[in-house]
Amino acid sequence: MTTERGAPILELRNVSTHYGLVAVLRDVDMDIYAGEMVCLLGGNASGKTTTLKTILGYVTPSEGDVVLDGNVVSGMSTAEVVRRGVSMVPENRRLFPDMTVEENLRLGAYLRRDRSAIEAARETVFETFPRVRERLKQKAGTLSGGEQQMVAMGRALMADPKVLLMDEPSMGLAPILVEQVFEIIKKIRELGKTVFIVEQNANMALSIADRGYVIQTGQVVLADTAQNLLQNPLMREAYLGEL
Amino acid sequence: MAPSLRGGTLAGTEAPHVAVARLGRFERLPWRRIILVVLGIVVGGVVVLGTLRTLGLDRVEGGYSGGAWRDFIVQGAAQGAIFAMIALGYSLVYGILRMINFAHGEVFMAGAFGSFFFADAYAKSGFLNRSPLLALAIVTLVAVAVSVGTAVLLERLAYRPLRNAPRLVPLITAIGATLFLQNAFRGFFGPQPYGYPKPTVLAGNITVLGVQIQRTQLLVLVVAVICMIVLQWFVATTRTGRSMRAVAQDREIASLMGINVDRVIVVTFAIGGVLAGIAGVLFSLSFEQVQFTMGFRPGIAAFTAAVLGGIGSIGGAALGGFVIGLLQAVGPPLILTGFGIPSVFSLKDAFVFLVLVLVLVFRPGGLLGTGEAEKV
Repeated sequence: MTTERGAPILELRNVSTHYGLVAVLRDVDMDIYAGEMVCLLGGNASGKTTTLKTILGYVTPSEGDVVLDGNVVSGMSTAEVVRRGVSMVPENRRLFPDMTVEENLRLGAYLRRDRSAIEAARETVFETFPRVRERLKQKAGTLSGGEQQMVAMGRALMADPKVLLMDEPSMGLAPILVEQVFEIIKKIRELGKTVFIVEQNANMALSIADRGYVIQTGQVVLADTAQNLLQNPLMREAYLGEL
Repeated sequence: MAPSLRGGTLAGTEAPHVAVARLGRFERLPWRRIILVVLGIVVGGVVVLGTLRTLGLDRVEGGYSGGAWRDFIVQGAAQGAIFAMIALGYSLVYGILRMINFAHGEVFMAGAFGSFFFADAYAKSGFLNRSPLLALAIVTLVAVAVSVGTAVLLERLAYRPLRNAPRLVPLITAIGATLFLQNAFRGFFGPQPYGYPKPTVLAGNITVLGVQIQRTQLLVLVVAVICMIVLQWFVATTRTGRSMRAVAQDREIASLMGINVDRVIVVTFAIGGVLAGIAGVLFSLSFEQVQFTMGFRPGIAAFTAAVLGGIGSIGGAALGGFVIGLLQAVGPPLILTGFGIPSVFSLKDAFVFLVLVLVLVFRPGGLLGTGEAEKV
């Protein structure tokens, strides 16, 4: 399958990450190919967030490499990894609350200099989320949760990333908002973006992703297509809430 | 088991609920607000009474003429403008690092002191009076360079290594840096004050809109206001300004946008240094001397101004500076003279800090703050 799709756009090669003496990730292998939506599932403290932090250079792996588009990026600063094409929609959206939506979007394109490309990215955001255009002059902190999520996604899209990471987009949201958020994610997938999504809500995540990884105590325990994972009896028992 | 211990255990499990239930009715009485209102009335009463009594005095009894009041106000505003410029340095750094750079007063002192040597040489060669504009521009550039250099070195050597230490650690370091800088200047240049030359164009008074004010005061006010407008524009509209606000609001997410947080912090210290350097020249021109201790009192006044206005807020620091300057100059004569206090101006610092305490009682976040207390 690798030969058909060429080289993966983002790769974790035998990555181990330690906090002090504690191994949080152990020998993790993952590949994400261009245009795919891949989800990473796991319970609390399974190493999901650390996986994202390792990709983004907030922590440096003690072993193994993070490879972006053929280049090793582990050991680089977060700013450098972002510059090379990784964006993240953080958990709880984390907009800059005292800035306008407009400024939040501009910060998303902070590292880009090409004005016409930035303008094009803005248009894409507005086409995907028309509501964002209506709220441009409003302080981000005053928006509703759903609107904030759209701005957070828009902000990440402004960088035109090679890979878009999403950290628990449904975390702490009311069920009706969770559905809204997954509608938003579907729209992003329709844009043909490469998305790596970390989620606790396995049902929702697998219903929109192509493939999934399941991580437990820092180790990848299952890796399969979303279809197969949804049918996997182990999965149904452990994560999909059915016995 | 000793009975007292058992009793203690019982009280520990049962008493709180009972106590809360019984006290509930009383606790709903808004004691805090009642005390605040009473305090407010008392303070307001003292201010009104003192003011009325002062204004009721005629000249023979120690009252002031209209001209004297005008001088107090102008002097207070000019002094406040300098406080405001220093206060901005405290506030910008606090906004980004949540840290009080107590050594900022010495950043101001260093700039003023550094510029003295150029000003002195230019005065001796006659260049200062031949082309005062160019000479002052160079002197100011030197002050800015020295202040920026000091501020950036402080950040790099004293604060950055402690970025992730508990908050108390950099605070103590800042106090240490203050002592280090003061004593370094004393060691190199001696404890005595140096007379700071002033070009003759700045001597004497000038009439603006019918009001006679000292030329130096006019220069101070004009330069300070221009600096604040430029700073406001810079932070509100430029890319670097936006990255500063982003780091202030959420450092981790700012780095996720690709912002180099270390660079933004250095820029912030540097901007504080620019303002402190300019303030240093203005202050030296006003008081016509420099000394190694000159950073302390303006530094404290400016820190007070930043807290008074709402630390972390640019408008707050500017407003706080002017308020402190005016309070120092106008408050004691206006309110205290009426009570027959002999030397009201000796009380100006006590007066200012009393006002600070009162403002923080009523608005813990400062005048333009969020209304909530910030832990310093």
